[in-house]
Amino acid sequence: MLTVRGLACARGGLPLLEGVSFALETGRALVLRGPNGCGKTTLLRTVAGLQPALAGEISAAPDSIAYAAHADGIKGTLSVRENLAFWAAIYGTRGIEMALEQMNLRALEDRAAQNLSAGQKRRLGLARLIVTGRPVWVLDEPTVSLDVASVALFGAVVRAHLEKGGMALIATHIDLGLPEAEVLDLSPYKARLPDLGAGGFDEAFL
Amino acid sequence: MASFWEYANPLKFMRTSDWLLPIVAVAAVVVTTTGLIWGFFFTPDDFRQGSTVKIVFLHVPAAMMAINIWVMMLVASLVWLIRRHHVSALAAKAAAPIGLVMTLIGLITGAVWGQPMWGTWWAWDPRLTSFLILFLFYLGYIALWAAIDDPDTGADLTAVLCLVGSVFAVLSRYAAIFWNQGLHQGASLSVAPGTRMDWAYKAPLYTCMVGFGLVFVALLLAGTRTEIRARRMKALVARERMA
Amino acid sequence: MIALLTRDLRLALRAGGGFGLGLAFFLILAVLVPLGVGPEPATLALIAPGILWVGALLACLLSLDRIFALDFEDGSLDLLATAPVPLEAVVTIKALAHWLTTGLPLVLISPVLGLLLFLPAEAYLWLILSLLLGTPALSVIGTFGAALTVGLKRGGLLMSLLVLPLYIPTLVFGAEVVSRGAQGLAVNTPLALLAGITAGAVALLPFASAHVLRINLR
Repeated sequence: MLTVRGLACARGGLPLLEGVSFALETGRALVLRGPNGCGKTTLLRTVAGLQPALAGEISAAPDSIAYAAHADGIKGTLSVRENLAFWAAIYGTRGIEMALEQMNLRALEDRAAQNLSAGQKRRLGLARLIVTGRPVWVLDEPTVSLDVASVALFGAVVRAHLEKGGMALIATHIDLGLPEAEVLDLSPYKARLPDLGAGGFDEAFL
Repeated sequence: MASFWEYANPLKFMRTSDWLLPIVAVAAVVVTTTGLIWGFFFTPDDFRQGSTVKIVFLHVPAAMMAINIWVMMLVASLVWLIRRHHVSALAAKAAAPIGLVMTLIGLITGAVWGQPMWGTWWAWDPRLTSFLILFLFYLGYIALWAAIDDPDTGADLTAVLCLVGSVFAVLSRYAAIFWNQGLHQGASLSVAPGTRMDWAYKAPLYTCMVGFGLVFVALLLAGTRTEIRARRMKALVARERMA
Repeated sequence: MIALLTRDLRLALRAGGGFGLGLAFFLILAVLVPLGVGPEPATLALIAPGILWVGALLACLLSLDRIFALDFEDGSLDLLATAPVPLEAVVTIKALAHWLTTGLPLVLISPVLGLLLFLPAEAYLWLILSLLLGTPALSVIGTFGAALTVGLKRGGLLMSLLVLPLYIPTLVFGAEVVSRGAQGLAVNTPLALLAGITAGAVALLPFASAHVLRINLR
């Protein structure tokens, strides 16, 4: 369960979004949409705890969020198995085997990650998410640079995660093949510029 | 009674500094010129050092301000880290170049004084070494400000650098004292002006110290005003882009 | 935590990890100095402690920007910051990995370079001991500098400007231990001060490093 109420967030000192509220129930996925630069990434980073919110609250069970950005933190000189084993150790989980199975990486497990194709790397990134064992996935543009088959695979993985009682918060502007996901358009939440007139200086300062 | 923290509001600061700055600036010019003219032309020559000693009226106030300004930056950084007043962070930013110049004045006048007195422009005396190190700290602090685009991030990072740097600056000071004793067995050259100083010297020296302090405050006010305007300009440009 | 340490060591040792660059730099410096100063053993013996310490310091500096830059570029740092490990611990482990791959090899190779520079025989013990005590401080202070400049383009040069002044106390006391040792004088005081700086830096700086890292990631 992830609840966001009245959230406002800023990038580079400029307010981008305000009054964003949504609730993510167990087994559901929420897709965030909006034009480039509207604050999707900023919102996700705020939810993941990487930056403070300007206002509002985010409530989630402790240690329930797993975050994945554009770059998925894969080390080229480590093998697929070593990459996953590292994150499993960091999150204190086991179950690399299951992730390898599920993401169809069994045959590649000893290959250095730098020798994987773009799609295979994405699969490794998703396997990392499975390895974290966290219920709430916060994903930023997860299907960038994927072909149709890999997008389908991604959809299947997220669906399986949801069926097991997981949740997913996804920012994207392309179709994910997840028709059951709710969609939240962020455009209406664009932050209003603070008034220049009244108190003026101090507020316009930010 | 208005709270001191009200001046942390940029608007209030701009309004107050608007009338305060000319007063301080005039006072700074008057006091510093008086002190320097008094010191240079109306004091007797030293019986050992002759008239070279009179550079003390530039050297000592500059060196004093070089240290004081760093302490002021440390306090301003702490205020920013704890209370997050933008004016405080910008004041620290504005103070750094002034401190850098004061350190440089201290070093150069010291060299000019040292040449006739000790027969050398430079000696690795602990005091001199510490000032050179302080100069490096100022440089690093200013360079970090210059390298960061986002003003709040810059304020945060430089504030932490100022804190950590202060600790290491003090350590370096003790290291320099220790290191010099290790080489010269305590036979160090002292920059301290005479063991006992006559009031004929003390009075103009104190006047110069007050003058330099006023010069710093005037420059600081002007610099902070500039930084606040620059910050506001940045915000306005960003608004334009957003709208 | 051990997983992070083994990963960092593995990354440093594998191809492209840059392991050994610092060592090679240290060696080249010890070759260049006699070429510049002249082969006179007495002169070299006199400046050997300082050269070896300055060399170790610069060799350390050389590999600092790798501590966070690679993890920042590929997004690992974001993921580590959201993982259930305190960032202070991450920073400490990173400094430890840097020391194991840079500082410790420097300590081990330093006697050989001492030989090249005619370091007096009495000083070898103190050279190794002072580097062993001092290089951890170099790694920890360097990690702070790397954390300060992690998000910046062309941060490397700026980092040198920020880190080198912070290295001054360590350098002074470290080199003092060796040169006093070479002259057969008592080394207790500089050795204790060196150890004190290292202990203080290791205990306190990770908090500052983690703090600036969080600021840089937001």
